[in-house]
Amino acid sequence: MSPQSESGSAFDSAYNFAFLDEQTKRMIRRAILKAVAIPGYQVPFASREMPMPYGWGTGGIQVTASIIGPDDVLKVIDQGSDDTTNAISIRKFFVRTTGVETTESTADASLIQTRHRIPEKDLRADQILVFQVPIPEPLRFLEPRETETRRMHALEDYGLMHVKLYEDIAHHGHIATTYAYPVKVAGRYVMDPSPTPKFDNPKMDRMAALQLFGAGREKRIYAVPPHTEVKSLDFDDYPFELPEWQDVCAFCGAEDTFLDEVILDDRGKRMFVCSDTDHCSERRAAGHAGPALFDGEAAD
Amino acid sequence: MLGSEQPILSVDNVSHDYGRQRGCAGVSFDLYPGEVMGVVGESGSGKTTLLNVLAGHLTPSTGSVRYRGRSGGEVDIHRMGEPERRLLMRTDWAFVHQNPRDGLRMNVSAGANVGERLMAIGRRHYGNIRGQAVEWLERVEVEHGRIDDLPVTFSGGMQQRLQIARNLVTGPRLVFMDEPTGGLDVSVQARLLDLIRGLVTDLGLSAVIVTHDLAVVRLLAHRLMVMKDGYVVENGLTDQVLDDPQHPYSQLLVSSILQT
Repeated sequence: MSPQSESGSAFDSAYNFAFLDEQTKRMIRRAILKAVAIPGYQVPFASREMPMPYGWGTGGIQVTASIIGPDDVLKVIDQGSDDTTNAISIRKFFVRTTGVETTESTADASLIQTRHRIPEKDLRADQILVFQVPIPEPLRFLEPRETETRRMHALEDYGLMHVKLYEDIAHHGHIATTYAYPVKVAGRYVMDPSPTPKFDNPKMDRMAALQLFGAGREKRIYAVPPHTEVKSLDFDDYPFELPEWQDVCAFCGAEDTFLDEVILDDRGKRMFVCSDTDHCSERRAAGHAGPALFDGEAAD
Repeated sequence: MLGSEQPILSVDNVSHDYGRQRGCAGVSFDLYPGEVMGVVGESGSGKTTLLNVLAGHLTPSTGSVRYRGRSGGEVDIHRMGEPERRLLMRTDWAFVHQNPRDGLRMNVSAGANVGERLMAIGRRHYGNIRGQAVEWLERVEVEHGRIDDLPVTFSGGMQQRLQIARNLVTGPRLVFMDEPTGGLDVSVQARLLDLIRGLVTDLGLSAVIVTHDLAVVRLLAHRLMVMKDGYVVENGLTDQVLDDPQHPYSQLLVSSILQT
């Protein structure tokens, strides 16, 4: 960890800056540029083997590695949290290979890599959000043939997507898809917003920040440029609805955030807390407080 | 000439080769609105190849297939763009496969199978889609209580009727059927034939039906083509061909049926 990066911070010089070689970064940047030019379109790219297994976010890591610079401030979240295994491993990887500054604060980050969540705080035009995507193809489970799904995208042949939503209503009485909820980007391509909860879909719509999606195993990159329309698919008589919780966050009392359920004992005691840990601690620092929780008064 | 007297489908000298292997060769005919054309022949005679060429699934090596749309204009179905062809296939046309598994989506419910074409042409009202699915299931005699069941739980005959409902829900004008009664037992076949005949008459459909079963064409088809080795060896009115076959192969075919 002795040598210096251009900005002066230390990184392991046994590796090229951000691990990938420069030609690979160029290749990925080209794919990103194409993805930005065609919002929602899945651009194939030559995904590299990363020093982490597939499923750990190798797609997102490659995207981040090709756009990160020495002056960037990186935030990595997993399920909204900055301190889960996946987030910590990826953050350590980038600290070692780039020496960039990291942060847990959404507002301070210039580059945010995420798995499953979009931060509660509105993102700005000078920020980039990178998603880790396991399965980029929204039509995959309805039509297994890749040749056919690509053709369906090309011809804007998306009736099948509604078949899935129809099935939800027929079996559950409402659209029961709660994550990876399909969206139409800029009125053209149907896109899988990665396994983010549908709670976050409205945040994607006309977001000021650039959103990049990387799928390492599937070798696809796609993007939603800033201020682009992202519309969740639905039926006229069954419109898209946001999930609601009976409870508020037990720590900060927030009523408008995505809540995780935490089981407290084996007698059914549980509580709900914000999944976005940074947002929650900021609120607590600002004086907000949730219901008392450790005195046996926690939610039913 | 009256508009209704113009053919809905004009087939001109169509051939299709699989490399050196002949699929079908030099087939020409006109299909008029409300008319049912039967195609019979033994296995490997090119019936299914011909049907696939007519339906746009295969590109002919030579010749053309022209379709006259609702507005009266003619289009060459192999020269039109893929989006237009797909739209045509799910609005004006229907294709009933021999094996219902090829024509159905087996992993979604019966209702979704029927509703898929509606959703594909842009219907976005769940209640209406469901209503039409119920109506069509009743029409093809599938109990509407089965609407949310997967097709895998259906019997072969029910699957075939479901496939027909799924195809007819958008009110097509032209139906292609490939051995619609193949693989079904005799009593189920009879009911299915009855159903198809009723639907074809009620809806005024034009149809091309490929089969090796002469009883099927006798019941359904107005006109008949007999194919052998890729060529049409005889064609004419169904009763005429079946009662007075001219070509030796047609004679063999007719005489090989048990007479009662």
